[in-house]
Amino acid sequence: MNALFAIAIAILTACGVYLLLRARTYPVVLGLTLLSYGVNLFLFASGGLTQARAPVLGTQVTYADPLPQALVLTAIVIGFGMTAFLLILSLLARRDLGSDHVDGGRE
Amino acid sequence: MSHLIIAPVILPLVAGAIILLLYRRPGAGLAINLAATMALFGISIALLGGAASGAYGVYALGDWPAPYGIVLVQDRLSALMVALTAALALSALLYATSGALRRDGHFHALFQFQLFGLNGAFLTGDLFNLFVFFEVLLIASYGLLLCGEGGGRDRTRAALHYVVLNLAGSAVFLVALGIIYSVTGTLNMADLAVKVANVRSEDAGLLGSGSLLLLVVFALKAALLPLHFWLPAAYSHAAAPVAALFAVMTKVGVYAILRVYTLIFGTTSVAGAALDWLLPLAILTIVLAGLGALAATSLRRLVSYLVILSVGTLLAGVSLFNAAGLAAALYYLLHTTLVTGALYLVADLIARSRGGVGDDLASGPAPARASLGMLFMLGAVAIAGLPPLSGFLGKLLVLEAAIGHAGMAWLWAGLLGSSLLAIIALSRAGSSLFWHTSGESKIRVRPAALVYAALPLAASPLLVVFAEPVSDYASATAAQLLAPEGYILAVLGSSLGAIAP
Repeated sequence: MNALFAIAIAILTACGVYLLLRARTYPVVLGLTLLSYGVNLFLFASGGLTQARAPVLGTQVTYADPLPQALVLTAIVIGFGMTAFLLILSLLARRDLGSDHVDGGRE
Repeated sequence: MSHLIIAPVILPLVAGAIILLLYRRPGAGLAINLAATMALFGISIALLGGAASGAYGVYALGDWPAPYGIVLVQDRLSALMVALTAALALSALLYATSGALRRDGHFHALFQFQLFGLNGAFLTGDLFNLFVFFEVLLIASYGLLLCGEGGGRDRTRAALHYVVLNLAGSAVFLVALGIIYSVTGTLNMADLAVKVANVRSEDAGLLGSGSLLLLVVFALKAALLPLHFWLPAAYSHAAAPVAALFAVMTKVGVYAILRVYTLIFGTTSVAGAALDWLLPLAILTIVLAGLGALAATSLRRLVSYLVILSVGTLLAGVSLFNAAGLAAALYYLLHTTLVTGALYLVADLIARSRGGVGDDLASGPAPARASLGMLFMLGAVAIAGLPPLSGFLGKLLVLEAAIGHAGMAWLWAGLLGSSLLAIIALSRAGSSLFWHTSGESKIRVRPAALVYAALPLAASPLLVVFAEPVSDYASATAAQLLAPEGYILAVLGSSLGAIAP
């Protein structure tokens, strides 16, 4: 399970970084979104991957670490807000710069 | 437990929310913004008074004991940073009342949210909470950057680059936090300090990579080479009060480096190895900023490179990692934040009074008021580090602290050479703005705006006059930072015995 999880994070992050380095704003937005997916999964795994355990301290001796879940939730909410803002800013840049190139080159 | 500690965080949040509700009445927004910022200044002075004795103030949110809950911690450093922010914010806001921004409802709300994020970042004692407050202050800064008239293509492009770069930085921050949490199982800074000191040797490498990633994030915020390219464009296109407030934003990165590497990682562990990178990068930053200042084509761009120069000088002082170096950096931090903030305001006044030419370093009408030239000269002398103003003292302290250090020759050569470049750049800028002129401008700026721009600049002579108490406070702060046991004991208190392995 750990290897599969790591490969998923690696693919998401690699795609995210690739798109982030593109010269158009929309791929950059998508790249940041993919990157944040990869990072969120990474953060989720930081407490150790566990199966079939109580989510919080219960009657069982062992339980899944609740803190990374809270961290991921916070990171998702922040990432969501930031993506919304970046989309609006990209639209503004499209209008002001005359193209969707990140450096605003004229076409 | 004193509730005063959380006041600098709650007050701007509530004030910002109220201003948002009163969005259609910018007059009310301005009044609330001014009142809240003045109250914040008062609170921060009270905090500073409490911290001066060396006592720690710990505020457990929701009364959850550390390390389970989030704590706010007030020590000498955080109280100093909050007070500095409040002072800078007050003068930037007063200046904003003399321009078009005072009628901008969004500006007032974002201004308060920016202070909310800044104060939270300075006061928090939890690493993930630091991330959250970073995001708060960043999203407020994205909005502020786009506030005010005179935007256009260049500002939008700068804002886009700034936002994308900082979002990528946030992703790196989260990765670093994930690594550190997976090794130590905690994010409370005091608890981390205990766990990092006792980390198993096979985990040390992983922890070291987390520490290095954190350094990358903080260096991006602080605009350390090679992560500084966003700064000149972003700062020089922001509205003047916003740019003045942003003068403290790079210092958040410096603060975070100071806090994390003195408290958590220290110098002895593998994780502290990140500090080896700091001095060479700081010296290169200083040199490059000097060259950038020389090549700048507008006054605000020139000031932006001086901001980078000051960041390099600050981090050079920090990277020496001795009491003298940290104290010198803290003294220099007070000086440079207020003076660069003031210089953005002065540059805006010059741009306004020159009309269409703006602050481009090209021939144009001479600014009508002679006092504007005086202000520029005072600011230039202060920031370049010429006696008798505070820049000279600050740089002298940093140079003195480097004596006997292995990197001394490089630092001295870099800092002194770069200061010379800054002096050349500033005198060239001054002569082309005030002497190579075509007639006199008809536009006269309001005297009130001149006074407000002079306010943060007045800090420079004050820092010289009160050099002894200020540097005593800086030395005490440095001593407190280099003895993190007090911080750990104050936060963890009775639970220390139970959680230490």
